[in-house]
Amino acid sequence: MYKLLLCWRYLRTRWIALASVVSVTLGVATMIVVNAVMAGFSHEMQTRIHGILSDIVFESHSLSGFQDPDWHMEEIRRAAGDNIAGMTPTVAVPAMLSFQVRGQWITRQVMFIGIDADTHASVSDFGEYLQHPANRQQLSFDLREGGYDTQLDADAESEPLRPALENAGWPYRRERVEQEKLWRQQQQAAGGPVRPLDQHVDAVLAATEDPAPPSDTTNSTDLDAAAPIDPFRQARPDEGRTMDPATEQFAGIVPGIGLASFRDRSGVDRFLILPGDDVKVTFPTAGTPPKAVSNTFTVVDFYESKMSEYDSNFVFVPLEELQRMRGMIEPETGIGSVNSIQIKLAEGANLDEVRDALRKAFPPELYAVSTWRDKQGPLLSAVDMEMAVLNILLFLIVAVAGFGILAIFFMIVVEKTRDIGILKAIGAGSSGIAGIFLGYGLALGIVGGGVGMALGLTITWNINNIRQAVEWWTGQRVFDPSIYYFFNIPTIINPFTVSWIIAGAVGIAVAASVLPAFRAARLHPVEALRHE
Amino acid sequence: MSSEFDTAAAQLRLHDATPAPVTSSPVLRGIGLRKKYRSGTSTLEVLRGVDVELAAGEFVAIVGQSGSGKTTLLHLLGLLDAPDGGEVHLAGTRIDTLSSSKQDLIRNTQIGMVFQSYHLLPELDAVENVLAPLYVRYGMLEWLRRRHDARQEAVALLERFGLGARLSHRPRQLSGGEMQRVAIARALIARPQLLLADEPTGNLDAASGAGILETLTELNQSDGLSIVMVTHDTAIAARAGRVIKLADGCVEQQLTTPGRSAHAPPDFHERPARAGG
Repeated sequence: MYKLLLCWRYLRTRWIALASVVSVTLGVATMIVVNAVMAGFSHEMQTRIHGILSDIVFESHSLSGFQDPDWHMEEIRRAAGDNIAGMTPTVAVPAMLSFQVRGQWITRQVMFIGIDADTHASVSDFGEYLQHPANRQQLSFDLREGGYDTQLDADAESEPLRPALENAGWPYRRERVEQEKLWRQQQQAAGGPVRPLDQHVDAVLAATEDPAPPSDTTNSTDLDAAAPIDPFRQARPDEGRTMDPATEQFAGIVPGIGLASFRDRSGVDRFLILPGDDVKVTFPTAGTPPKAVSNTFTVVDFYESKMSEYDSNFVFVPLEELQRMRGMIEPETGIGSVNSIQIKLAEGANLDEVRDALRKAFPPELYAVSTWRDKQGPLLSAVDMEMAVLNILLFLIVAVAGFGILAIFFMIVVEKTRDIGILKAIGAGSSGIAGIFLGYGLALGIVGGGVGMALGLTITWNINNIRQAVEWWTGQRVFDPSIYYFFNIPTIINPFTVSWIIAGAVGIAVAASVLPAFRAARLHPVEALRHE
Repeated sequence: MSSEFDTAAAQLRLHDATPAPVTSSPVLRGIGLRKKYRSGTSTLEVLRGVDVELAAGEFVAIVGQSGSGKTTLLHLLGLLDAPDGGEVHLAGTRIDTLSSSKQDLIRNTQIGMVFQSYHLLPELDAVENVLAPLYVRYGMLEWLRRRHDARQEAVALLERFGLGARLSHRPRQLSGGEMQRVAIARALIARPQLLLADEPTGNLDAASGAGILETLTELNQSDGLSIVMVTHDTAIAARAGRVIKLADGCVEQQLTTPGRSAHAPPDFHERPARAGG
C-alpha cells in the first residue's frame, strides 16, 4: 500500500524525474509519428503500384509477343482454376512521344501500352486514375466534350485547381484550330510564306501513311463505308482529302500526366498539352528487324496514378490500333498477338501459388510470370529495410533515455536515503523498498509513454496542419508535391505498433530503475537514519 | 474498533487508560549486548556486554556521554541493527535471531520508535505520517477495508496531542515540537508494547522539549506504555522511573528515581554534554 502511495507522491513532487522521462516521451512520440508516416507512404506506394500493375503479369520475352491471347487466357484459366477474377491482354512497347509546345517539338521516351478499353479497368485500378468522370466509369478513346476534373481530389478543398483542364476536350480543340486558322490568315495577309502547320502536315501524313496492313478487307476496299464508324479511319486517304481537326480526331491516346504537365513550386500543375491536342508517337513494328513507325494521336485524357515513375512513363492507346499499326494481326486469320496478359486474382487467392502454378503450366523459355510484388520487389524491400533501420535507431534514443532515468533514480535514492531508513524502522521490508522504486520507474514509464503516445498521435493526426504551419513560418516547402506527387503526407496508425512502442518504453524505464531500487533495498536502516 | 488490529500489536490498550502496574516480568531484555564498528583497520567496540531489562509499564532513561553507545544500544533493542554478541528478548522471546521479515513485522507491530530529528516523510501530511506503519503493514485491499477506522484513530491520536488543527499539514509546515508529537503518534498508531525514543527532545527548545517529555510521561503513567528513552540530559533523564548510565560501552550505574522526582541525582550534574549519541 505504502509503495503505491509513495510512488504517487514522488511522481507528483519530483519534477526532475519527470524531466528525465521527457526523452522517453519524445522518443515514443517520434517513433509513433515516423512509423505512421512510413506506413502511410509504404501503403500508399503499394496501393499505387498494385493499382497500376495487375496481380499477376503473364508476358512474353519477345517484343513481338505471342499469338492468340484468347487461347492463352483459356489455358491460364485452366491452370489456375477459380483463382482468376479477370484478365486482359495488353501490348507494351518502348516508344517516343513527341508534341509541340509554342512551336517547339518536345520528345520523350515512353512505354507505349495498348489496352483493351472494355476489360482493362477490371484487372487494375486503371480507370480510377483518369481525369474525366465518364472515363473513370468506362474508358472511351473518343475525345470528350469538356467536363474534365479541375480539382485533384474531390474532398480536398485547399488543393490547387487545374484551371487549364476546365476547357479541355472538344472546346479547346476547336478554339485551337480557330486560332491556327487566324494565324495563317494573318501570315497570308502579311505576304509571308504560307507554312503548312504541323497539324495540317500530320493530317496529310496520317492520310497517306498506313504502316500496317489493314486488318479487315473492308478497310482497304471501301474506306467510305468504314468512315462514319471510326473517326480514325476518317483520316485515311479519301483521295487527297485532309481531315478537319475541328470536328475529327485521330486515334485516342491517354498519356501519363507527368508527360503532359509539370508541377511548379507552389503545387499548381502547368500543362504542356491538353486533351484535344495531337501528339506523335514513334514505335517499333513487330517482326525482325523492327522498323520505326510514327503515328499521330489525339490526347483524350490523362492518366494520374500519383506514382511519378509511371505517370511520366506510360502512354495508353487502344489495343487494336496498336496491334494494327505494329502489324501484330495476322492478315489471313485476323488473330492478333499481344505481349502480355494482365491477370486479376479472385478475393483471397494466394498470389505466389497462382504464379507458381502458371510457371509450371507454361514453358519458361517463352513466358515470364511475375506478381506485382516481384516487379517492385527491390523498391518494397528497400522501404521495409528503411523502416526497420529507423525503428532501431529511434529505439536506441529511448534506450539512451533509460540511462537518464537510471542516473536520476540514483540521485533520488541518495536524496531519499533517510526516508528509506524511516520506512525500514517502521517495518518496511527490503522487497517493499525495492518495490517503491520499481513502481516509481513503472509509473514514470507509463507517464512518459502515455504522454509520448498522446503527443505522437496528435502530431500524426495533425501532421498536414503542422506541415502547413511550418511552411508558412519558414516560407519553404517541407513536403514538395512535385517530388512526391501527393499533397498530403499519408499516415497509418497501427495499434499493434503503437502498443509495442509503449511497451518497449515502459520496459526500459522499469529496467533502468532496477539498479537504483536494488541499492535502496540494500541500505542499512541505521546508516540510512544517520544520513543527514 | 480496536479488535480490528493485530492482536499481537494490541497488548497495550492506549485508550482504555488503565494504568498498568509496574510488574516484574520484563517486556524487553538485552543480555550481554556487544557491538563493534570497523573503520578500515581499527575496530571500535561501542558496546562491551550490556545488560538491560525493561519491565512492563516501566520508563527507563539511558544516559551517557557522546560516544558511550547509548544510541547503538537503542538500535539493537529496536532491531535496527544486529548485535555482534548477546541476545535481545521481547516478552520472553528471543528476537535478534529471527528472519528479517519477522523482524520487520516486530518493528511494525510491537515497537514504536521516536528519533531526535523526527524523521517524518516529507511527502506525507501529518495524518498520513501517523498512518505510515499501517500503510506498511496492510496490502491494498486490506487497507481499503480498514482505512476509515485507521484514519479515525490517527486523527484521535493527533487530537490527543493537541494537533487537531494540523491534520493535513506537511512536516515542513510544522514546528519542531509539533513534528515530534506527530512522530510519537506514528509510533503509537500500531499499539506497540514498547516505545524507543532516541533523544526525543534533542532538537527542541526548552518549552517544546518539556511538552514532549510531559507527553511521554503521561503515556507511561496513564496508558502504561513501556518506554526506553536515550538522552544526554540528566535533567530529562530524571523524569524516568529508572536511569541507566552508560560509559565506554558498559553500564556504569543504575539509579531508580522513586516517585519520579523532577530533580536528577547530583552526580549527573557535572556532565552537561551536548552532542547526541
